[in-house]
Amino acid sequence: MIRLERRPAPSRFWTAATPLLAVALTMVAGGVMFAILGKDPVAAIRTIFWDPLFHPQYAAFSRPQLLVKAGPLILIATGLALGFRAGIWNIGAEGQYIAGAIAGAAVGLAFYPLEGWFVFPLMVVAGAFGGWAWAMIPALLKARFGTSEILVSLMLVYVADKIVAAMAVGALRNPDATGFPGSRNLARYPAAANPDLIAGSGLHWGGVAALLAVALVWLILARHRLGFEVRLAGLAPRAARFAGISPGRLTIVCLGLSGAFAGLAGLFEVAGPGGQIRIDFGSGYGFTAIIVAFLGRLHPAGIVLAGFLMALTYIGGEIAQFVIGLPAAAIQAFQGMLLFFLLGLDLAANYRLRRLRRAAP
Amino acid sequence: MTATAAPPPPAPLLEVEGITKAYPGVLANSDIAFAIRPGAVHALLGENGAGKSTLVKIVYGLVRPDAGRMRLLGAPYAPASPAAARAAGVAMVFQHFSLFEALTVAENVALGMERPPPLRRLAGRIRAVSAAYGLPLDPDRPVADLSAGERQRVEIVRCLLQEPRLLIMDEPTSVLTPQEVEILFGTLRRIAADGTAILYISHKLEEIILLCESATILRGGRVVAGCDPRRRSARELAELMVGRIVQPPARAAAPAGAPVLEVAGLSLPAAWPHGRALHDVRLAVRGGEILGIGGVAGNGQDELLAALSGERPGPAAAVRLDGRPIGALAPAARRMAGLATAPEERLGHAAAPDMTLTENTLLTAAGRERLVRHGLVGWRRAQGFAARIIAAFDVRTPGTEVAARALSGGNLQKFVIGREILQRPRALVVNQPTWGVDAAAAAAIRQALADLAGAGAAVVVISQDLDELMELAHRFAALNEGRLTPARPVEGLTVREIGLMLGGAHGMQAARPAAEGVPA
Amino acid sequence: MTLLAGIDPVAVAAALIVAATPILLAAIGELVTEKAGVLNLGVEGMMILGAVVGFAAAVATGSVLLGLAAAAAAGAALAGLFAVLVLGLLANQVATGLALTLFGLGLSALIGQGYIGVRPPPAGRLAVPGLSDLPVLGRLVFSHDVLVYTGVALVAGVWAFLRFSRAGLILRAVGESHDAAHALGFPVRRVRALAILFGGACAGLGGAHLSLVRVPQWTEGMTAGAGWIALALVVFASWRPWRVMLGAWLFGGIAVLQLNLQAAGVKIPVEYLAMSPYLVTILVLVIITADRPRAALHAPAALGRPFHAAG
Repeated sequence: MIRLERRPAPSRFWTAATPLLAVALTMVAGGVMFAILGKDPVAAIRTIFWDPLFHPQYAAFSRPQLLVKAGPLILIATGLALGFRAGIWNIGAEGQYIAGAIAGAAVGLAFYPLEGWFVFPLMVVAGAFGGWAWAMIPALLKARFGTSEILVSLMLVYVADKIVAAMAVGALRNPDATGFPGSRNLARYPAAANPDLIAGSGLHWGGVAALLAVALVWLILARHRLGFEVRLAGLAPRAARFAGISPGRLTIVCLGLSGAFAGLAGLFEVAGPGGQIRIDFGSGYGFTAIIVAFLGRLHPAGIVLAGFLMALTYIGGEIAQFVIGLPAAAIQAFQGMLLFFLLGLDLAANYRLRRLRRAAP
Repeated sequence: MTATAAPPPPAPLLEVEGITKAYPGVLANSDIAFAIRPGAVHALLGENGAGKSTLVKIVYGLVRPDAGRMRLLGAPYAPASPAAARAAGVAMVFQHFSLFEALTVAENVALGMERPPPLRRLAGRIRAVSAAYGLPLDPDRPVADLSAGERQRVEIVRCLLQEPRLLIMDEPTSVLTPQEVEILFGTLRRIAADGTAILYISHKLEEIILLCESATILRGGRVVAGCDPRRRSARELAELMVGRIVQPPARAAAPAGAPVLEVAGLSLPAAWPHGRALHDVRLAVRGGEILGIGGVAGNGQDELLAALSGERPGPAAAVRLDGRPIGALAPAARRMAGLATAPEERLGHAAAPDMTLTENTLLTAAGRERLVRHGLVGWRRAQGFAARIIAAFDVRTPGTEVAARALSGGNLQKFVIGREILQRPRALVVNQPTWGVDAAAAAAIRQALADLAGAGAAVVVISQDLDELMELAHRFAALNEGRLTPARPVEGLTVREIGLMLGGAHGMQAARPAAEGVPA
Repeated sequence: MTLLAGIDPVAVAAALIVAATPILLAAIGELVTEKAGVLNLGVEGMMILGAVVGFAAAVATGSVLLGLAAAAAAGAALAGLFAVLVLGLLANQVATGLALTLFGLGLSALIGQGYIGVRPPPAGRLAVPGLSDLPVLGRLVFSHDVLVYTGVALVAGVWAFLRFSRAGLILRAVGESHDAAHALGFPVRRVRALAILFGGACAGLGGAHLSLVRVPQWTEGMTAGAGWIALALVVFASWRPWRVMLGAWLFGGIAVLQLNLQAAGVKIPVEYLAMSPYLVTILVLVIITADRPRAALHAPAALGRPFHAAG
């Protein structure tokens, strides 16, 4: 007979090893899924994980894309990780991402066509504010009334989705492009644009912001009182209240920070690779970032690695779509699988298996 | 084998032989053997951690032994589950009641039966059985509304309805007032007289001498003796149980002077639907004095501690420290002012189980020990403080970077109390400081509390253990349904007076006259 | 008020009952899951998988009933995965529920590729000679598809099960305190696994009602948050079956009303009308939870807490 037994302390080895094992298992299970779809599993896995980096033809295009996709994922996931550690479940980052993009783009478009150094910084502030304000709705409702932040933040994704659609055909529509929905292209408005800092590198201000966010959250978790409070609230909520940590204040801080980060990601996207406010601006980064946060074990360094891995599956998935005709949805299912394996393997860090002698009759 | 030789005439009801059970790092039971006669009240005596709980869990089918065997009425008995145990005629009343708060008495009873009759018929039987044994109960009331004594009655009635041959009672008096204990003993004697054997688990010697006719004494997972407790003195039993004599702490004379900690007119609404409210609590403790607050669990102990720790702040004037109103301050500010607290639940409230001892110092000592400056945590200082606690209070741990949950109950409690005492508070309030702690650690904790008072601090000890309070406190007050009685000097208090202060027979005023005629 | 003049109240009420059915089915399933002490946030994922599998099966077999059966099985299968992770591997319930939703959305899009634009076999409606032709009552009560009645029957069944049956009592006990239930010898994990599977099957049926009856066609992401609204509905109903039905009708009413307003050409942009169900959900949640003690009164005490039998 085998039974589970709680470890006296979490295993460091398994904490680090489970994400790798989860990726490996996902490749196997994903391979089976691809085989069912009638694709060569080995070729599919290679196309997704290898070709974006090393394929003689695609790599030149896809390597910079890696930064473009990983940037927002890492930026959003770092913010989310802080809240997740405290047991504060902001799952509406997608909505905050959209809100940040709308607020930032609106500020930029308000100045059009004025050229000034201050336009872009103002947009950054507005983007962060937009995401923060959108996150404050669930935060304040949770702190004041105890309303589930999970449900409210998620509902607000759908609301943000409708608002961005309304903006694309209404207030922010490009007045010069008659008939077409969508705002002016910010990439063609130099004062508001967020181009590659080194041409062709894929690194724009969003990547820089992601790195700063990672460093900041790392510092908070390792040295700052807030980091300790976050971990304490997540591990032992009652002990946290005994220590004088107000759950309401912590909710507001964590949701605010993750909202601001998501808003920034939205702003850098709309002013950079996205270019404009469109009906379908929401691209799912906010949801994928949840997977990134868990895959990175809610640790900033892990999140950087996880962000790149997840970006790789996005880009590899696009290549696979185009080369071997793998459906786009397969990648989404593949990412979901990864989260399953990860959560299932989490057990190994906190429990161990023990073989029991049979009890004497 | 050191077990009791079963008295020859009646065949034993339950025989236990060579029972052994090991958990990682602990040998909970080692080669245990004893026997119980039908209709006997048999005591299982031992300190916390002596292996009593594991043993009864084995008898009740909750835990499988690694080795050994049992016989019930001569037939092999190896219950695979509690249901199998119940089917064989073994019933159990748990120390922490296995009741469901939101469900009614009848629903709770139904859950404990294999084939319960329809609820309406069951309600009638509950009324009948509870009347027969002097345990009045309303089958339709939700359990959440019942007092601890009434909840225990639900458990007992649930067991009795199955007409068991053996009834296991696990520390049944730990939640009762002395008057309620008397009523319970009357009930148990009646049950035994009807032919049901009772396995009575306790560490309270007087009770066992009063109630039981045979006893098995456990220490460190082994049987150290079997005897007839009626023929032994409490002192003899204590030596068998503990293995050595524990010194009570020296108590200094009650000091005079101005109060250090004052609580006046403290009222607090219940925090949740079935929670307990505090009503106009008043107390005053001088420097150097220990105030003991007794009371049955669930009468407002947790709420009083939360109101004093700042987890549930109230009006500023309700709590004063050295005359300064601090009742509205948040926990951290109160600690800075000099009021330290240690709640009952060590794991998850007083300490974070999954955090290291170093990290756990930050829970309360961040301000007074300056472990956090300019928002940044001084990890080295925190580690140093943790090391000081470990050294000063003899906390047995491999080091400071060990998760709190890896420590034994006694060691973690020493760490928690030590963390507060080393901060040199003006006043310290502790709730159940020695609950579930081994005797040596309990003695060390009591001594530390006495020393803190000796050094001039005001100390409040909230405890359900009356012996502890009598030994430690200068004055005694009781919490009863969220109200605190005026404090009285401990010297000269009788058990009966204490019982009345604790609320007499809780919710048992409605008991039938039969219950009151029970001999003590 | 002239706006509303063009709206036929009986048609709205009948449409409301139909519109309420998907979230009613999903919510009553989740209610049972939560009563057993498990919070499954994957309702959206199970619903959409049920929607696509039910649709595909109905198209393949030409039978709506077989489609519904397949949808229930698909929802239960995904819920089974949740049960393995949460009960067997002790994974975090919130995170696993999210994973279920993300995976369900991806997998359903994958399965549904070939079905975009396909028409499903028509769902039969009740036609009771005489009754279905009654002026108001006929349209309101006697002319719906089978799932509408199934939904109402499930509410009544779940209510009676929880209130009167021993199994229901055990389920409530497990959700109230798994440790006490375990101490009494009840199979906590088995009870929870069954409750999770039931919840999944109901969510799958709810999804299939969307794709086979309500819309009826398959589009990616067509549940559009209905699963999340169902979760909110359980809180709104304070874990009481009949109030789940009331809440579902309220939400169905809002959905129908905003569609009617859109059709009636109100001068509010479509997008703002379309967000109203989500805003109402938030509003309702706030109102219910604002009265904290009462909101907590009927909540299963062990909701969301992992169970690991020690010793």
